[in-house]
Amino acid sequence: MSTALPPHLRDVQEEMKGHARSFGLDFFDTIFEVIGFDEMNMVASYDGFPVRYPHWKWGMQYERLAKSYEYGLSRIYELVINNDPSYAYLLESNQDVDQKLVMGHVYGHVDFFKNNFVFAHTNRKMMDEMANHATRVRKYVDRFGIDVVEAFVDRVLSIDNLIDVHSKYIVRRRAKKENDEPRAPRLRELPTDKEYMRHYINPPEYMKAQREKAEQEQRKPKRFPEETERDVLGFLMEHAPLERWQRDVLDMLREEAYYFAPQRQTKIMNEGWATYWHAKIMAEKACKPEELIDFADHHSGVVSMQGNQLNPYKLGLELFRNIEERWDKGQFGKEYDDCDDIAQRRRWDRQLGLGRQKIFEVRKFYTDVTFIDEFLTLEFVREARLFAFGFNKKRGRFEITSREFKEVKDKLLTQLTNFGQPNISVLDANHDNRGELLLRHQHDGVDLEPEYTKATLQALQAIWNRPVHVLTRSEGKGVMHGFDGKDHTERSAEYA
Amino acid sequence: MTLRIKQDHVRFKDIVRGKIKQNLKKYVQKGELIGKRGKDVISIPVPSIDLPHFRFNDKQQGGVGQGEGEPGQPLNQGDPQDGSGKAGDQGGEHSLEVEVTLDELAQMLGEELHLPRIEPRGKHKLVAEKTRYVGVAPQGPESLRHFKRTYKQALKRTLAMGTYDPLNPRIVPIREDKRFRTWRIQTRPESNAVIIYMMDVSGSMGDEQKEIVRIESFWLDTWLRHQYDGIESRYIIHDAMAKEVDRETFFHTRESGGTMISSAYKLCAQLIEDHYPASEWNIYPFHFSDGDNWSADDTRQCIQLLKDNILPKVNMFAYGQVESPYGSGQFLKDLEENFDGDERVALSEIKDKEGIYQSIKDFLGRGK
Repeated sequence: MSTALPPHLRDVQEEMKGHARSFGLDFFDTIFEVIGFDEMNMVASYDGFPVRYPHWKWGMQYERLAKSYEYGLSRIYELVINNDPSYAYLLESNQDVDQKLVMGHVYGHVDFFKNNFVFAHTNRKMMDEMANHATRVRKYVDRFGIDVVEAFVDRVLSIDNLIDVHSKYIVRRRAKKENDEPRAPRLRELPTDKEYMRHYINPPEYMKAQREKAEQEQRKPKRFPEETERDVLGFLMEHAPLERWQRDVLDMLREEAYYFAPQRQTKIMNEGWATYWHAKIMAEKACKPEELIDFADHHSGVVSMQGNQLNPYKLGLELFRNIEERWDKGQFGKEYDDCDDIAQRRRWDRQLGLGRQKIFEVRKFYTDVTFIDEFLTLEFVREARLFAFGFNKKRGRFEITSREFKEVKDKLLTQLTNFGQPNISVLDANHDNRGELLLRHQHDGVDLEPEYTKATLQALQAIWNRPVHVLTRSEGKGVMHGFDGKDHTERSAEYA
Repeated sequence: MTLRIKQDHVRFKDIVRGKIKQNLKKYVQKGELIGKRGKDVISIPVPSIDLPHFRFNDKQQGGVGQGEGEPGQPLNQGDPQDGSGKAGDQGGEHSLEVEVTLDELAQMLGEELHLPRIEPRGKHKLVAEKTRYVGVAPQGPESLRHFKRTYKQALKRTLAMGTYDPLNPRIVPIREDKRFRTWRIQTRPESNAVIIYMMDVSGSMGDEQKEIVRIESFWLDTWLRHQYDGIESRYIIHDAMAKEVDRETFFHTRESGGTMISSAYKLCAQLIEDHYPASEWNIYPFHFSDGDNWSADDTRQCIQLLKDNILPKVNMFAYGQVESPYGSGQFLKDLEENFDGDERVALSEIKDKEGIYQSIKDFLGRGK
């Protein structure tokens, strides 16, 4: 079956591309393909790629998508891959107005992929890379059997959130210099310009004791790693006792985890940006009068809410529009911030017209965390009816806890920090001097889920081959969870 | 075109099947499955099949939502099917609902309990004839004329002859245009089966006992349905009197009277006599009671009924005795005494829900 765009859609593509360019969007070449719902479900199960390594989890996602499509609960209109050229998939059964809307949306995404700074280091030939990975894993499956390979993949996937997403932007360690040999310890003597006084000021026996102490210090085994390591996957790749094929698999999965991380860091922005642009292009340029109702219907579907759940499309879209409006009217800066008169703030309009320029800047230099941190305002939280929720133990249910601006913002930021994953790093790879692996959870107010922790430790232990531990805090007390290959342990420990 | 992902999908399903099989014993003891029945499928909660991660305790973490409501009001989770939002993910409960067809479930049950396939009685004798329309022919009775094909044929002919007039598109079929449906008679061996459930609903059978019967009957049903193409179920309840009821009533009636088991056996024999000739049907009477009968006299009558009227006609007669605090449990002993070594009689004592597993084995383990 040909998946190429039929002629009339090719015209639509040209039209939408023109509109997108005219608004200043800057994107990779985008290749659209039209596929049936079954293939769409497959590609979506593969996280957007046409080919992935063999693993049951794709089957699970496929089952879920196929079911929910069957029951009419959801359908996927479009998928787009961060790649150069970018690939986007359209659902065959979409109406033409949908295809138009989706193309506008896709150009928004591709512009974001190309320009947002966290995507700068992603592999733009990931399409090929994924296919390579699939081939390599298949080769190992042929050689070692699916059960063995899949079991190992399972373990690695269990810890694929333990990566250091910021490592691309900062130098974690100063590279060791060649002549970084241990030197004789230098001792500080108290200065004196009178030679005969030296013995009195720096008595020899004291100096000797100091020298011995320093030498002892130097001989003491260094902790390994010397500094805590956030990239647990990378650490395991270098130091865990693995077969060559296992190291290769770990390498591939780590690369994939790093590839997908920026998308998770910018979910709200990316969807908001794409939604902003499909709405803009459709409303101002592309929508024909007879298409208006369908367009409005489907657009409102995109930004609709499921109960009280936060919809990233909606939140992102509204924030971008809010920023545009504020910078158009000049509602920013010291003067505006200092103004306490609500009525005056509301009327504030300096007619600066900087909105468009500002949102393009925002899409380049922000991630979800900084986006929310900087642009979520009190007015916006009120207007959008945002609230914080928590679990009420007494009533056994999730409840709205607050509508206070600060609390809502804090909650949202914690939820987004490290894309909602616990911050865990390698503390000691020779724990107790017995080659045991000790991880440390940087506790920022929320405990780890204990059952998941146990199951994850099992996966980790199978990779490290020696007992593994994680140091964390639970209900205010330091605790060390451990697994030695047979039994789980849990004991109180000092958490510093 | 087969999709690449089918391999992964099959792989996933295998894992799920493995999980279900592993936990089958637990499922057998639980009644929860029964409520979740679709027509041919059943959805089963499979314990955590996802990949574990270090993750936050959701209940501690909370989150941010959008919409109306005052502090203290519960969260509107929206459509739970849509798992996209974080707020909707209830932490802790990480089970997956998997749909399994009843056939698959029966297969697993069979594999797990080592149940033999049932050899239907007199299969060769039972031949069903089915008439199917399979084609179209130029001859046939007028009553089977295929209007559309006839018209098409006539249209073709008119066009070919050049007499077709688009302004007056009148088509008149002549005899050669007529097309008729033709049929073929297909024969296939068919085995029909009927399950006759009988249950004691006298005062001594409590809710717990009935629950056991309900669960057990579900599994018996599942297995027998897997074995036979057409299957019917009949339900008889009895205390001192017996009557036939529908499934719903069967499990929810509670009487307070005494117990005369013979009444049920009489009705059962009557039912077989009237509707299910032994030459055409595979017959499975299952009787559940707490083993307390009114009198020794009545028990004698039961045994007589079984010997003369029921056993000669059925594949197997099964009696399950559910332990209850009130029942003496005498009936099972009486049956044991009288039918010891009789292949056609399966007896089982079900102490509690855990006993169901063994009991199913007792009943179905002989492949009758």
